[in-house]
Amino acid sequence: MNIKCENCGHEWIYRNDLQDEVVCPECQNEIKVSAKAGDASLERDMDEIFQEHSAESSSLIPILQAAQKKFGYLPRDVIEKIAEYLEFPVSKVYGVATFYAQFRFEPLGEHMIRICHGTACHVKGAEKIAEAVENKLGIQTGETTEDGQFTLERVACLGCCSLAPVMMVDDTAHGNLTREKTKEIIDRYRGEET
Amino acid sequence: MSNKNIRVGYASCGIAAGAEDVYQALVKSLKKHGLDIKLEKVGCIGMCHNEPIIEIEDEEGSYTYGNLEVESVDELVEKHLIEEVPYEEKLITSPFEEYDYFSKQRKVVLRNSGVIDPESIEEYMEKDGYEALEKALDMKPQEIIDTIKESNLRGRGGAGFPTGVKWQFAKDAKSEQKYLICNADEGDPGAFMDRSVLEGDPHAVLEGMVIGAYATGAGKGYIYCRAEYPVAVKRLGIAIEKARERGFLGENILDSDFSFDIHIKEGAGAFVCGEETALMHSIEGKRGMPRPRPPFPAQKGLFGKPTNINNVETWANVPWILRNGAEEFSAIGTEESGGTKVFALAGKIERGGLVEVPIGTTLREVIFDIGGGIADEKDFKAVQLGGPSGGCLTSDHLDLPVDYETLTEAGAIMGSGGMVVMDEDDCMVNVAHYFLDFTQEESCGKCTFCRVGTKRLLEMLEDFSKGKGSDEDIEKLKVMADKIKKYSLCGLGQTAPNPVLTTLRYFEDEYKAHLEEGTCPAQVCRKLITYTISEDCIGCGTCAEECPAKSISGESQEVHVIDQSLCIKCGACQEVCPIDAVEVE
Repeated sequence: MNIKCENCGHEWIYRNDLQDEVVCPECQNEIKVSAKAGDASLERDMDEIFQEHSAESSSLIPILQAAQKKFGYLPRDVIEKIAEYLEFPVSKVYGVATFYAQFRFEPLGEHMIRICHGTACHVKGAEKIAEAVENKLGIQTGETTEDGQFTLERVACLGCCSLAPVMMVDDTAHGNLTREKTKEIIDRYRGEET
Repeated sequence: MSNKNIRVGYASCGIAAGAEDVYQALVKSLKKHGLDIKLEKVGCIGMCHNEPIIEIEDEEGSYTYGNLEVESVDELVEKHLIEEVPYEEKLITSPFEEYDYFSKQRKVVLRNSGVIDPESIEEYMEKDGYEALEKALDMKPQEIIDTIKESNLRGRGGAGFPTGVKWQFAKDAKSEQKYLICNADEGDPGAFMDRSVLEGDPHAVLEGMVIGAYATGAGKGYIYCRAEYPVAVKRLGIAIEKARERGFLGENILDSDFSFDIHIKEGAGAFVCGEETALMHSIEGKRGMPRPRPPFPAQKGLFGKPTNINNVETWANVPWILRNGAEEFSAIGTEESGGTKVFALAGKIERGGLVEVPIGTTLREVIFDIGGGIADEKDFKAVQLGGPSGGCLTSDHLDLPVDYETLTEAGAIMGSGGMVVMDEDDCMVNVAHYFLDFTQEESCGKCTFCRVGTKRLLEMLEDFSKGKGSDEDIEKLKVMADKIKKYSLCGLGQTAPNPVLTTLRYFEDEYKAHLEEGTCPAQVCRKLITYTISEDCIGCGTCAEECPAKSISGESQEVHVIDQSLCIKCGACQEVCPIDAVEVE
């Protein structure tokens, strides 16, 4: 969930839902997370989503998608709110959410790198591209870099087969990759940050 | 306003190749030269191998330019639009020159793709769009179904069930509420036909669905689209809104007493949801797991009501059939199967892209005449049809006509239309492993034979790729594959062993080379190959710098050496060596 320090104004994403007291990484001010379900901004955001979707079973996936779009992932308290709204047990909401590859339960890096492993990409060396990215970022597929800049994932197919091998950074697809080109692209995204 | 108009290919693959930058550069260049020319963003033109592409049309015909870069745009504008001479450097086709990529194709489904602006309903209507719907509403529902039956249209999602018969089941089902679904969960890796249709001509799909709804008596429709296709979802949303404004969707369509509306449901990344019962569970908000049939969706489908479900390409054929007649459609294909099929041609091919050919065209025509053969002067080895449910065919099969029965007999399937070409550098054990890895990951886990069986098969293939195993293991593998096919509930499990079985059937020698000689003839399986540096090495050090495992050492200007105990066999050194001194065996 998003937390704002009332002392210094620093805002960040709180990754551990189980603590009820956290320390602001900027000013070391102690903040009570009475928040859980009572977090005003979370409540407001979720209400906005619920207004768009009626409380019926078929709304579950669209609601999960909308919530993930809003928060970048599905924190536990968001799942609980959804369960409450649809009058489902929390386990059922988790059951559906974990079935689909799209949903994630941990925060994402700022940039999402998806390496395509479609058939065309496979025969054109997707594995090597993935290795090049892993080496460049120092993480394995499925992980996020320590500085929170990049998350690396593999996808089954992006459908740009004629440009294989392909990877997608955020919403932009990059095609006809080589190891060299891949590294340059990552550097470009890094450059934007600084 | 000039009589010319410019179209920029603006589908996902075009954008990935840089269409956005080219478009920006074009706008700037036209402005700089004070030219007032209509500039349009269109869907996929089909020549993905030449992206980014623009087409300039005047009364003489159209000129296509491809492989454009931002830097060449200004020169193109100056040459073609000001001096009025073609810009030869980037010219692909002109009105005076036939391009054989298109001469064997027949555009039915892709008739408007790359021609009209997919976000404009007016342009679709200029191409006789929604005329078929008007015609349909003057017909009786049974007449429409009879027309579809006569056309010999069969389901383009892969199984090839006759569409008219399916509609008949849905029409005959008695219920107050009926549903209609467009399956746009195109999940086969290596397939992008449906994406291109949705991105290039979304109204054709909508029009087909409205006609289908009128014929079967459905009141509500869903398009279940892959979440990985954001451009398609966006264009469909725009198309639905515009169709509603014009009265082609919603209450009392075209002032008749027929009402029907369409909603988009975005998938959430589960391959199994391409299976119809799993897809319906997903729309209902459940885990996308298949259930046994019967009851078939036509009796008991979405929310327990009769439901008719067809694939994107099937729907896009419907308006054409109504407009041009069943006879003309059935004349295009073979006796058993009318019309065309769209294939996504990719892999080691010279000219990859979206190809639409009459059903019954041979594989050779598609791969060599249209696709221009194998890239980089390599030899053809195999073509993989139908994605993870399909199989690999060899050069012996190149003269087979592409139709449902022939391909099934050969061990592959027509499938949804993915066609991935492989050359001598591809290892068939590795390809089988690749597909099985995919299906194993995507198995929903409901049936034991699919869940556990695919895992066991995968483990065996992993051993094979390390050179471990015997003839006996190949037999075991066949038995296991057979059981998975027999005892799985849905298409995913029933077809999962196909890539393994066809590669075994046609490339048994290659399996044997792995097991008996411990070699991988295509030099792909990492456990069976060794990289070495030859005496030709000039000692530039590029490979040592590149090696992620730091396994290469040597003095500057001297021959370098790979430490085999550290080498991870990624091949990076071979790729960067300026004089090809890295050898693999």
